[in-house]
Order: sequence, then C-alpha cells, then structure tokens
Amino acid sequence: MDTTPSHAAITFREVSKTWPQRGGAVAALDRVSLDVQAGGITGVIGRSGAGKSTLLRLVNGLERASAGRVEVLGRDVTTARGRELRSLRRDVGMIFQHFNLLANRTVRGNVALPLEIAGVARPEIDRRVARLIDLVGLGALADRYPAQLSGGQKQRVGIARALATEPKVLLSDEATSALDPETTQAVLALLRDINRELGLTILLITHEMAVVRDICHHVAVMEAGRIVETGETYDIFANPQDPVTRSFLSGVTGTVLPGFIARRIVPGGDGPAILRITFAGDSATHPVLSRLGAELGIDASILGGSIEEIDGRPFGNLTVQVPADALPRAQEYLHAHDLRTEVLGHVG
Amino acid sequence: MSANLIPILWEATLQTIYMVVVSGLIGTVLGLPLGVFLATSKRGELLSAPAVNAALGLVVNALRSIPFIILVVAIIPFTRMIAGTSIGTTAAIVPLTLAAAPFIARIVETAIREVEGGLIEAARAMGATPGQIITKVLLPEALPGIVLGLTLAIVSLIGYSAMVGAVGGEGLGDLGIRYGYQRFMPDVMLAVVVILIVLVQAVQSFGEWIARRLDHRAAKDRGL
Repeated sequence: MDTTPSHAAITFREVSKTWPQRGGAVAALDRVSLDVQAGGITGVIGRSGAGKSTLLRLVNGLERASAGRVEVLGRDVTTARGRELRSLRRDVGMIFQHFNLLANRTVRGNVALPLEIAGVARPEIDRRVARLIDLVGLGALADRYPAQLSGGQKQRVGIARALATEPKVLLSDEATSALDPETTQAVLALLRDINRELGLTILLITHEMAVVRDICHHVAVMEAGRIVETGETYDIFANPQDPVTRSFLSGVTGTVLPGFIARRIVPGGDGPAILRITFAGDSATHPVLSRLGAELGIDASILGGSIEEIDGRPFGNLTVQVPADALPRAQEYLHAHDLRTEVLGHVG
Repeated sequence: MSANLIPILWEATLQTIYMVVVSGLIGTVLGLPLGVFLATSKRGELLSAPAVNAALGLVVNALRSIPFIILVVAIIPFTRMIAGTSIGTTAAIVPLTLAAAPFIARIVETAIREVEGGLIEAARAMGATPGQIITKVLLPEALPGIVLGLTLAIVSLIGYSAMVGAVGGEGLGDLGIRYGYQRFMPDVMLAVVVILIVLVQAVQSFGEWIARRLDHRAAKDRGL
C-alpha cells in the first residue's frame, strides 16, 4: 500500500457510520473516502453535525465504522480490538477542544500519564516529560495544576501529552475553538512547528476556515456526512467548486461583498459591472489594474479586496466596478494574464 | 457528675471509635469497588455489564431502604455467623458494616460519575485499559468527592452506632440511654452529647481539610 509516491498515513475507504435511532438510523458518515498524506497537515472543515468529529474518532477507534475501512499507518483500525487497538492508539496522539486534562495532576503529571499507561520506566518518563514540557514552552509551569493555567497553556499541555508516546499521527479535535484569536495563532504555530520538525502527520477538524488557511496543506470540506470537496488548500481557496466551500471561504478571504455594494446590484441590471478578480501565485503581485487603465483605457474603481498568504503562497482578490461596455475587453485582458474573474452582477 | 464516671465515658468513647473505624474500614473495602463497578458498568460504559449493574443496584437499594434499627435485629443470625456472637460491641460491627458498604458504594458511584467524560475519552485515546482508566483517571479525579463522601458516611456511622445498644453493643449511645435516660443522670447524657458533637465536628473538619488538599479543580489563591 506504500507504493504510491506520496503515501497516505490514514486512508478512509467508503466509510459509513450510522447511529441507531427510533424510526430508522441516522447517518453520520455516508461512504466517505479520503487519503491523509503522511507528513502533512490535513484539515477537515464542516459545520457542526457535518460528521467531521465522527470521522476523526474513527482514526483511533473511539468510534467504529458501520461499513467501510479505515487504515492508519498501514494497520486496519476497523478490525483492531483489545491489545492491538491499544498499541495502535499509542501511535496516534489526540488533542481536544476542551483539553481534557486531569485536574488533580500537575502539568508534569498530565504529560506523564500516557507514558505510565504505556508502562514506560520512571526515569525514562521523567526524562521525556521534561523534554516535552520544554518543547511546548511550559518549562516554568511544570508543577502547576491545569486550573492555574490559561486556555492556551492548557492546550500546550494537551499537545505535550499527545506527543509523549512519540506518535506518528496527531488528531486535533477543534483544538483552537475554545481559544481567543491570539492564543489560536500561537497554538497553530506550535502545531506547524511540530509538523515540520517531527514530520508528524496531523489531521485536524475545525469549523474555521482561518485555521485551514493558516496551517493546512490539504483540506476536505464536509457537509451532511459527505466530503463535498477536497484538494490542496491553495487550490481550494483559489478555485472553490462547491457552494459549501464558498460559504466557508467567504468569511476569511474578503469575498463577502460590503452591504452598500450588494444592495446596488440589481438582477438584470445593465449599468456598470461588478467584477471579482482572483489573484493567485505570482499574478498576485502584478499591477494589472493600472495596466487596465493605461493600456486599454478602462477605468476600474476598486470596491474592496484583500491579499493574504495561504500555505506560503500569496493569494488575493479584488472587487472592482467597470463600465458595462468595457467588461468583455477587461475580462479578456485579465484572463490573458492568468487571472480568474467572476461577474457578480450589474448596478441597476 | 462523679469522678468515677469519667473512665466509663472514656471507655464508651473508645468503643464508639472502635465500632465506627472498623465498620468504616470494612465498609470502604466493600463499598469502594462496588461503587466503582456501579459507576462504570451501565450499557456502553467502561465495564459494560448492564444486567449485573441492575442486580447490584437493586441489592444496594434494598439494604439502604431498611431502617438501621430493623437491620440490626433482622440480621442477628448472619451476625452470629460472622462474629461468632450476636451480642456485644464486636457483633455490632456487622450491621454497621452492612449499612455502611452500600452507602459508601453510592457515594463513590456519584463521585466517579462527576468525572468529565472527556477524560475517559482522552485516556482511551492514549491506549489505556479499563483498569488503568479506573486507577489512573477516575479514582484520582474523583478522590476529593470520595473523601467528602466517606466523611459523611463516618458521621452517619457515629449516629448509627448509638443504636447498637439494642443488641448489646456498647459505646456512647448505649451509655447515654442506660445512664442518662434509664438511671436519669442528665449530666451523663449531656457529656455523651458533647463528646458526640466533638467527634462529629472533628471528623467533618478533618475530612474537609483532606478533600481540600486533594482537590485542584479550582485555582486557589497561592499568590500567583
């Protein structure tokens, strides 16, 4: 199974999960197939109830698939039981939205727990725990209890604990959803570092596109128990296909039209066109708008836009207004420069 | 109160402590595992055994619904079998234990059920066995609650121990009835009541102090 050049650390094959309920069964997952690339950060995004949490819990056997097959590091989770399943779980770390730290153990004690469970000898536990606490930057707080820590610090303990048994896969269950934006950034940066330095495969679920934008190499979009779109993060941002993906993106890429513009767009209008231009890669830094004016004599007025970095590459979009009669020429010119355009409508 | 009553009061106090401590200890030894099992054996739980859970729950409820004074006389044959006699302070330990164990089991069950489900999930994700989840997660996290519950159980046992005079069990309660009431010596009655209040107060304060020391759930003001 490792014959493909970039092999998968986790594979889902036609996985379904149904919950028995009065009057039939409710499907949490409906024939989901997904490859999670080894050594990468893959994000699964979806609204609550989309099935992403169930999907994540299939990876370490906290939930069992009703049908289909889940493989982790070449081992079949769907059939693993008892000792086999527990040994598999030690190769898969997990962090949680609400941290799930033991209140009556110190930072040190919490990080030591998975090692005690694995039966590691005490001196070795002490050595590893000290190193892990340093790794997540909590050296000075080793003897504090969770109640004495901030949310971000608690999640760092969670991360250190998840890494204790030196897993090859890390599962993240909305790890930043309970944190403020600044702390979220710090925790995401830590996950990115861990991914780079330890070569750890990370599978995370989130309902925030910003998390995907900031650290994921790959993304799968879920809706109603199915994966509706999947691909490299950059491609999904640059060229989203599914309406669900678009709605997730609208919140983070500045593609939501400001109200005053949206109100001016009239169905079937024939006034000036509202055009959205998407810049990706190198074109993001080209001065196309000024050239549009200089070379074609088209006056485009800027209504809104943004430029940001996704997976290390620049990505931007711009909403402009151009005269209706100049629209075909403007689009032709922009397409010739590898820019994507979308006519949002006409001002009435 | 004449001076020759002091040794009698002292002896009765020791007898009460003896009965409460021994029945409390045996009650904990029986009640703790029972409580852990009750808390983890419903359908879909760690040690899922719904039928056994229901049966044990029934036994626990039955024992707890019998008024203590009736329990004392109702189990006299059983007491004779265990203690060799049905009369006296040692014999009184049998019904006290039988009252304490199910009480403690329910207390332990409640304390364990208070532990957040997320912790069990985290431990399962670490590859913990059910036994490890109980010993490394559930019991340590529930410990402050268990200690407070045991304190409550011991206070109740001090009260129950006053009733075992009915089967010749001695101790403070028995002394209060025989001297204070039947011989009409109000000073003895008063002394007994005062000693009981001091005992209960001491047990309660000590239990709360231990529980506080074990409990790290809330951030305490340590000049952080």
